[in-house]
Amino acid sequence: MLKKRIIPCLDIKNGRTVKGINFKGLRDAGDPIALAQKYEEEGADELVFLDISATEERRATLLPLVQEIAHHLSIPFTVGGGIQSVRDVSNLLQAGADKVSLNSAAVNNPKLIQELSMAFGRQCIVLAIDSKEIFGKDTVFIHGGKKPTELETLDWARRGIDLGAGELLLTSMDFDGTKKGFDLRLLQKISKALPVPIIASGGAGNTTHFSEVFTKTNVTGALAASIFHFGEIAIPALKQELQQQKIPVRWI
Amino acid sequence: MITLLKYNAGNILSVQNALNRLGYDSVVTHDKKVLEKAEKVIIPGVGEASSAMEYLKAHELDVLIPKLQQPVLGICLGLQLLCRSSEEGNALCLGVFDSEVVRFPSTEMIPHMGWNNCTELAGTLTKNIPETADFYYVHSFYATRSKHTKSICHYGIPFSATLEKDNFFATQFHPEKSASVGTILLKNFLEL
Repeated sequence: MLKKRIIPCLDIKNGRTVKGINFKGLRDAGDPIALAQKYEEEGADELVFLDISATEERRATLLPLVQEIAHHLSIPFTVGGGIQSVRDVSNLLQAGADKVSLNSAAVNNPKLIQELSMAFGRQCIVLAIDSKEIFGKDTVFIHGGKKPTELETLDWARRGIDLGAGELLLTSMDFDGTKKGFDLRLLQKISKALPVPIIASGGAGNTTHFSEVFTKTNVTGALAASIFHFGEIAIPALKQELQQQKIPVRWI
Repeated sequence: MITLLKYNAGNILSVQNALNRLGYDSVVTHDKKVLEKAEKVIIPGVGEASSAMEYLKAHELDVLIPKLQQPVLGICLGLQLLCRSSEEGNALCLGVFDSEVVRFPSTEMIPHMGWNNCTELAGTLTKNIPETADFYYVHSFYATRSKHTKSICHYGIPFSATLEKDNFFATQFHPEKSASVGTILLKNFLEL
């Protein structure tokens, strides 16, 4: 049986992880490789690395880091943040990333999804969508959630899949950081309408939130950052809980 | 030396990285002489079947590969190329395994992507691996069951997760992306 995926997300800036990370046994908390390995050992099913460096020097640090990650990790990983072109994606995949995620660039230039899908296959193209409800309309935001667009979330997700995205990473900005649980309404709406793998993001605060999102929506993965980084939820305990709820998880 | 087949498919680096972690050096080539003399050959790959077969034919590897005598491991697309034929681009493949490669029924989410376990484990590759162990899959086409099937994966329908025939071995999943259990499987092949 296909398992539900638990996916920690690491924010990277200038080659280091950001946000305070508090992991027992990790001396240098800013080292993305050490943290990634720790997550792999604990049973993370995939990892997402989100590059939030704002400057042009970004690529200078990102590509060697991706190579290092690929050398050390034996689980799949996605790299996102600031990807603009076919060349960017080609470089990241050649450095060893399994998938790339696109956000603002896909909104600004939807044909990019098609070009990438044709060049590299849809299985490695993840469409990341930041969604916020504005006057009852699920609205797509870009530029790290700073800029609203005209796009309705389901419409954009469907278009992205038609253009060749193989997977959605759907973040609810209304729920992100609240720790009150995933945005079940939004995730249910999108995952019922679209037959593609969807990763739920935003709002996870405890293990019950994960079992809820897997039982009440059709998402196939759930992503979180700080609750894993701060050790508020340990992945082995989370998986044990999910297994007790009869949710299929990979056991190691 | 472990020799990885170079062709128009991706993911070769992931396999090289996995071999490195296990302490094995490898070369990547489509040179027939190097392939013939290799200690072991791995056909990795994420790609499209018909264009991959065209590449192999252009380099006369469609004749060479089925005649190789040393252990050969096909991974993902590598497995599919070792079968008789593929619906992906209607390709006639290498014909080592009796399976046919067909598309998943549209009732399932395609691609089949993520961690899934194998059942009815037999053969050499899955030695010391329990049926509860999960491997990482990414594929839209699958190999039907045949007399060379050595384990089954279920995704809507049952299909060949591993195939073995004489010196030929293959996995539909990616052992190089399957954490510690993938490492055990790769070792089972490398230590043949």
